[in-house]
Amino acid sequence: MVEYVWPDRANSSVLGGSHDKIDSSAKCTGAAKYSYDINPDKVLLARVLGCPHAHCKLKSLDIGAAEKVKGVVAVHAIHKAGDELNWHGDLIACVVGETEGAVAEGLAAIRADYEQLDVFVNDEDLAAAEAAKRTSKSGGKVQLKREPGDNEDKKEFEEKEFGRLFKEAAAVVEGRYGIHAITHMCLEPHGSTCEWTDGKLTAHLSTQAVSSSAGGYSALKVTADDVTVHCDYIGGGFGSKFAVDTWGLLAAQLSRDLGRPVKLMLDRDLELKNGGSRPSGFAEVKVGADSEGVITVWDSHHWSAGGVGGAPVGQDVVPYVIVPPNYRRRVTNVKINTAPVRAWRAPNHPQGCAMSQTAVDDVAAKLGLDSYDVFMRNLVNVPKERAAVYAEEMKIAAKLMDWKAKWHSHGRGPAQGSIVSGLGMAIHTWQGGGHPSSCLVKIHPDGGVETFLASQDLGTGTRTVIAIVLAETFGLPISAIKVNIGSSKYPASGPSGGSTTVAGVSESNRRAGEDALVQLNELVAKKLQVEPNVLVAKNGRIQDQGNPSKSLSWKEACSLLGMNPLEVKGRGAPGPKSKLSSSGVAGVQMAEVAVDRETGVVKMKKFVAVQDMGLVVNHKTAESQIYGAMIMGIAYALFEERIMDPKSGAFLNAEVADYRLPRLGDIGELVVQLYEPDAERSRGVIGLGEPPVISPGAAISNAVCNALGLRVPVLPITPKRVVDTLKARNA
Amino acid sequence: MKAFEYAAPESEQEVLELLSAQRGRTEVLAGGTDLIGLMKKMLVTPDRVVSLGRVDSLKTIDADSQGARIGAMVTLEDLLDHPLSQDYPALQQAIRAIHSLQLQAQGTLGGELCQRPRCWYFRGGQGLLAERGRAVAEGDNRYHAIFGNTGPAKFVCPSRLAPALIALSASVRILGPDAGDETTAPLEFLFRTPKDERQREHNLEPNQFVAQILLPPPDGRTSASYEVQHGSGPDYPLVAAAASLAMRGGVVAEARIVLGQVAPMPWLSREAAESIVGSPVNDASAEAAGDAAVSVATPLANNQYKVQLARVAVKRALLLAAGLETGGF
Repeated sequence: MVEYVWPDRANSSVLGGSHDKIDSSAKCTGAAKYSYDINPDKVLLARVLGCPHAHCKLKSLDIGAAEKVKGVVAVHAIHKAGDELNWHGDLIACVVGETEGAVAEGLAAIRADYEQLDVFVNDEDLAAAEAAKRTSKSGGKVQLKREPGDNEDKKEFEEKEFGRLFKEAAAVVEGRYGIHAITHMCLEPHGSTCEWTDGKLTAHLSTQAVSSSAGGYSALKVTADDVTVHCDYIGGGFGSKFAVDTWGLLAAQLSRDLGRPVKLMLDRDLELKNGGSRPSGFAEVKVGADSEGVITVWDSHHWSAGGVGGAPVGQDVVPYVIVPPNYRRRVTNVKINTAPVRAWRAPNHPQGCAMSQTAVDDVAAKLGLDSYDVFMRNLVNVPKERAAVYAEEMKIAAKLMDWKAKWHSHGRGPAQGSIVSGLGMAIHTWQGGGHPSSCLVKIHPDGGVETFLASQDLGTGTRTVIAIVLAETFGLPISAIKVNIGSSKYPASGPSGGSTTVAGVSESNRRAGEDALVQLNELVAKKLQVEPNVLVAKNGRIQDQGNPSKSLSWKEACSLLGMNPLEVKGRGAPGPKSKLSSSGVAGVQMAEVAVDRETGVVKMKKFVAVQDMGLVVNHKTAESQIYGAMIMGIAYALFEERIMDPKSGAFLNAEVADYRLPRLGDIGELVVQLYEPDAERSRGVIGLGEPPVISPGAAISNAVCNALGLRVPVLPITPKRVVDTLKARNA
Repeated sequence: MKAFEYAAPESEQEVLELLSAQRGRTEVLAGGTDLIGLMKKMLVTPDRVVSLGRVDSLKTIDADSQGARIGAMVTLEDLLDHPLSQDYPALQQAIRAIHSLQLQAQGTLGGELCQRPRCWYFRGGQGLLAERGRAVAEGDNRYHAIFGNTGPAKFVCPSRLAPALIALSASVRILGPDAGDETTAPLEFLFRTPKDERQREHNLEPNQFVAQILLPPPDGRTSASYEVQHGSGPDYPLVAAAASLAMRGGVVAEARIVLGQVAPMPWLSREAAESIVGSPVNDASAEAAGDAAVSVATPLANNQYKVQLARVAVKRALLLAAGLETGGF
């Protein structure tokens, strides 16, 4: 029985090193083909007409003129007269043609009449939402240390108890916090190119879920065995690309109907309107703390909009990580006319963090305490198993930030001209356990090694991680491993969401690799006349551990396989029993900002992230993942938001030119420190994609608050919001 | 994009022959950084696109004691690299502030001045004056006009060079409608505030085009531009200001102060100029000029903050023109 474990640090050759991505050259040179790059011979182009109104009834739809446009091959009505359309950009009809020009003219020739219906998009204004009857209660929870007496009314007891707790608190802070909806803004929009051969579909789909998407075409009466989903490279998904989607089915259907390949990638504006957004979150929070800043009681009401049919921010992320013994949280859903939200990197955690840990910082401000000390003391309110990790990570982050030397009380820092600086921090958590993953590892008689699995590389280095795992297992260089992913015909592997991929694919490949090595070692043992269990694979050889002179080169060893390659299937088994992977991480971030008080412009000076993730397979891609998350965090903290027209419900900034994002000059200095003591490393591999994107909103908001001495309550913190907030105070 | 005929004439006269007198039938292509996007969204649907790319007479920069004459097809990058730009700091700074090598390399002077507004109601297909101004007034107007916005036009002029050029007393040479027709006028004449959807925001007939920009010699004037930028990217600034000053005996003798991104036209602020003339430039006088500039502001529901930004932009442009520190970013 093989025991599936990782080698310790001293005995690791490539595991835990810092390695370039194995596909970086292909990406830099353009050799890497994304779904958008796939243009089969005789491909037809398809584009979709988006609804011009945010809420309406389609009165009539006339595609006759569009069908007659020269170069248009087909026009397909997605909706019919009488249908209700619920957001700006909802898909109405699709035009397929020979050229982009023909398709554009075809779209322009579609005639549609609409009856406009009531519109509501203002998710920030709860009173307006209530007046428009667009709210519904969405649960909540009350947790009190004391329980009501037998004869006491529960509600009355709660009110009394909260009243008492707030009265006894040394400091009470009441605040309003929020974070606007953002879109996924995938550089490569959603879509696919589909082609049929002999009744079998090949879909070049931009997807985070290669394996499961093959089953996504059942509406076309085709079973998964007749579908190949292919995706070698994807230009961004962030949680929005798990399904085949309406437009994916449409491309496949039209391709079958027309007998030619069809390419349907969403236009940029329809991508932003349909391809995914993250729900907003707004909260009214009342917090009570003792004189040291330790929070004793929490009372909050938050509201959030998930778009039509989407799930808004639920109740379980407020308060976030720091959860006092007594709390009450209520949630209201606001129904707005936007497309349903989709999972966005660490679903709901960034919003929960931004609505909660801002309030923690306001406790520090109110008491005139150092925010670091207040967060540290509040570790009594975090889950016990992670408290020590947070404390260690905070110490490391503070040192990297030089926190103590830079700290000043909120609003009390020195000004240089109109510029003031500030510090802020936040902490986060995520699970990140591995997903189910299978793989097929092949060792060829000539020494070649390859693995096959229907996984996907979102750009974060999954290929590289797999190669490292097998290279470590076989004692080979990383370049000796060929990684085949991106086809649904390979062994099933889970979708890349929720930071589950690295742990998942490491599990399956390590297991397959170890099993394969056992089989190979039996052959080598016979040849060397040693017991198989003394053999180790190291430095390109299989050798007797106690007598390295007894060895075969990898190639010699593989030649013992005979004519056929050795094929071993690996199946990941993440869970509490596995020593290869685990779940549950902490993470600390600290931001330093400078704010121009006259213009409201905020600039990042320095941003520190300290992150644990169990065993680090590849330091370089892990750090890279965190850099990316911090940049994405700066984006939603300071720049990006979906802007809806309050009157018409139109999505106003659904273009790259209007959807503001940070550029390199806005990022400042990023410092990343991986936290991997033996106690963490021994837990095995844990996913990293989500956790570092959670804290930036709260950390940066807290830094701005520390600089200005007042809270800019809603993210993103734009010059407008800073100037308006300063003006409101001065008034 | 609608299918169109592409014409690449080689002389100014041929250009005029190819342009239609009917609005919308033909469009002039310079660098294309704006026009292509407008055509892709079918906000303009010309039957013919007339490129100026092969008209050599539009690509030259000539300078002598009478001033400078810059062809409309000179790219922003070439203008920046030309020694001339050092004589006009406001212009140099305005080009540098466009933090995009692509826009600087591909964009042209004429195209920069003739680009269409970024107003999201216009770009969303609702027309330049969407619902005769009501769409903006009742909608999200955070980036819209705070001056000159009492009529239906509430967009802001997107040009980032116009404030500097107008502050520097530039003129524009316009050719057409007929061969031999030409008009030279102060650059501010190029812009107008349309009153109905038939009008565009430029005083150009459909068969006219901008050929050159003329700059008077600097004559010892100092100048500067200041943009309030949300970030460091190529995004349009929130507010901009340019100032050109003639100093005599340590005080401002003449001033031209122009704000950008605040009105349907570049906004020449007489109030700010009157405020600073006669004073030395210092924090107090610059701030007073900023206050004077915004004294006539008429902000909309969501853009009150732009009044503050305009005040600061004027102040900082004046301080920079005088070689002083702004105290901000």
